[in-house]
Amino acid sequence: MLKYKIILWIMLCSILFLYDTYVFSQEPETTPPENVTAVDTPNDDGSSITVTWDSVRDDSVRSYKILRNTDGGEFEEIEEQLDVDTLEYKDSNIEKGKTHAYVIQAITDTDAILVSLQTEGVIATGQWFHSGKIQLFIAMIIFCGAILGSIYLCRNNQDVFVRRIPGLEAVNEAIGRATEMGRSILYVLGLGGVENVATIASMTILGQVARRTADYETPLRVPCNDPIVLNVVREMVKTSYLDEGRPDAYQEENIFYLTGDQFAYAAGVDGMMIREKPAAVFLQGTFYAESLLMAETGNSIGAIQIAGTDSEHQLPFFIAACDYTLIGEELYAASAYLSKEPMLLGSLRGQDWGKILIFVTIILGVTLELFGINWITTLLQSVR
Amino acid sequence: MKRQIPLAFCFLFGIAMIFTQFSPHSYSQAVYKEVIDWGLIISPFAMVLAVVTLIQTHVTRINLRTEHWQYSLIVFVGMIVMVLIGVPFGPQNSIVEWLYNNVQVPMDASMFSLLAFFIASAAFRAFRARSFEAFLLLATAMIVMIGNVPVGDLVWNKVMSWMPWTDGASWLRQWILDVLNNAARRGIILGVSLGVISQSIRIILGIERSYLGGGD
Repeated sequence: MLKYKIILWIMLCSILFLYDTYVFSQEPETTPPENVTAVDTPNDDGSSITVTWDSVRDDSVRSYKILRNTDGGEFEEIEEQLDVDTLEYKDSNIEKGKTHAYVIQAITDTDAILVSLQTEGVIATGQWFHSGKIQLFIAMIIFCGAILGSIYLCRNNQDVFVRRIPGLEAVNEAIGRATEMGRSILYVLGLGGVENVATIASMTILGQVARRTADYETPLRVPCNDPIVLNVVREMVKTSYLDEGRPDAYQEENIFYLTGDQFAYAAGVDGMMIREKPAAVFLQGTFYAESLLMAETGNSIGAIQIAGTDSEHQLPFFIAACDYTLIGEELYAASAYLSKEPMLLGSLRGQDWGKILIFVTIILGVTLELFGINWITTLLQSVR
Repeated sequence: MKRQIPLAFCFLFGIAMIFTQFSPHSYSQAVYKEVIDWGLIISPFAMVLAVVTLIQTHVTRINLRTEHWQYSLIVFVGMIVMVLIGVPFGPQNSIVEWLYNNVQVPMDASMFSLLAFFIASAAFRAFRARSFEAFLLLATAMIVMIGNVPVGDLVWNKVMSWMPWTDGASWLRQWILDVLNNAARRGIILGVSLGVISQSIRIILGIERSYLGGGD
């Protein structure tokens, strides 16, 4: 009995051994790329189709080729060779309004070609709304709502509190000083174009400054860096002088184009400072590396300097070299602060509501993160 | 009408441009591109006026022999030479390129290099420890400056060898930049962004109209 059992075990082991030998001696079966899908690329203008596929489980595959057909026609190669790690291809060379289908060819070391199944036909269409920007859109609506609501509520309210901004309080002081000393005022608008919001904010401050210089008959010199800014500024200052009833005091040649080059502009402004020694210098707008070149020169001639910029990298230079500095948002608050117009002041209150909202979101996000809840972080990170 | 039409255009284009930022559709992108192109078309006309202004300013100074009129002469001659060579032969002309590389570029570099000296003088004034805040600024600046040079870590490793970590100077510098400096910077950026939104709404709705001339 035992003898038969031993023979049976030996036979069983032999069969298993032979089976394993057979299985491991076989070449692994190489399959073509699977799960090949073609979809209209989301959130684009309808000019592309995205093709994706699964990686081929075979080391002998060295590259992929993509073939496309249009409206059921012949398949044509659209991409020479794609790296073996590539699993997504965005076809941006499609014909709009036509149906496109794709197949993927996997090329092996032996130049064997494994062809995938054909995808469904896809027509690319443009989207009217970018779904990846929905969070941004909602945030914009909330902020705009807060600002508009505040403007509406404050439209007849003369007693809107605005904290004291020393830089703007000093505007009258600077103009008065220049008048007493019988020297000019130099107003520099920075390097921003007319499309730059900081330049527009600077121009509104210039409008207020021009009204006062018209009253005091103090020369106002404005060297411009941008031709369009030059024309807008001339019109603005001229109207300010007209509004103050002093059109005779307006001198168009005092608002002039200096140059469009960054450092040539800085050199020109510095030269004016050294030669004319203005009593007050306003540096308001967008500035880059030239900020300190101008601010230090203004400091060296002893002019009272009021700077303001939204370029956060230039703020330390202005703080170090100028008497007063409008930091970031204070530049945008200037027109409301100087004019005391209730609707403009209302927009400042709306900004504060926006800040409170951001502050609450940050505190809430940090607190939830500490407890391992990260949906706020995920929501903010998903903005594209 | 002189005010209403520009304000109406401002409102329409302002709203349209906001919409284009949220819509990838080809029609909306075509509108965006078209408006940008209009801006590019307007620029040369404004440039003509700017050049006329430049010529008027400097010719007047030369004619009246005002103080420092020689500088105006140099500007005028430089501009004429560049126009006479650049317009007929193009910007790739060898003389234009030579003038650009040997006059414009060195002068720009000279102005830029002045920045180092201006930073030194501004820093000297800013870092005078006249108050507690100024002292903090000075101390922070010293740490950042020491952390920026290789000798900083060398000194740290020698002097602060009893501390459990090495290269502390550069670590401290990086921490100040990444945490303290970044926090302040982001606060300013958030304020600026809200300010830009607020200013844009005021302009689009015509509440802020001083840029049209004549204040409110």
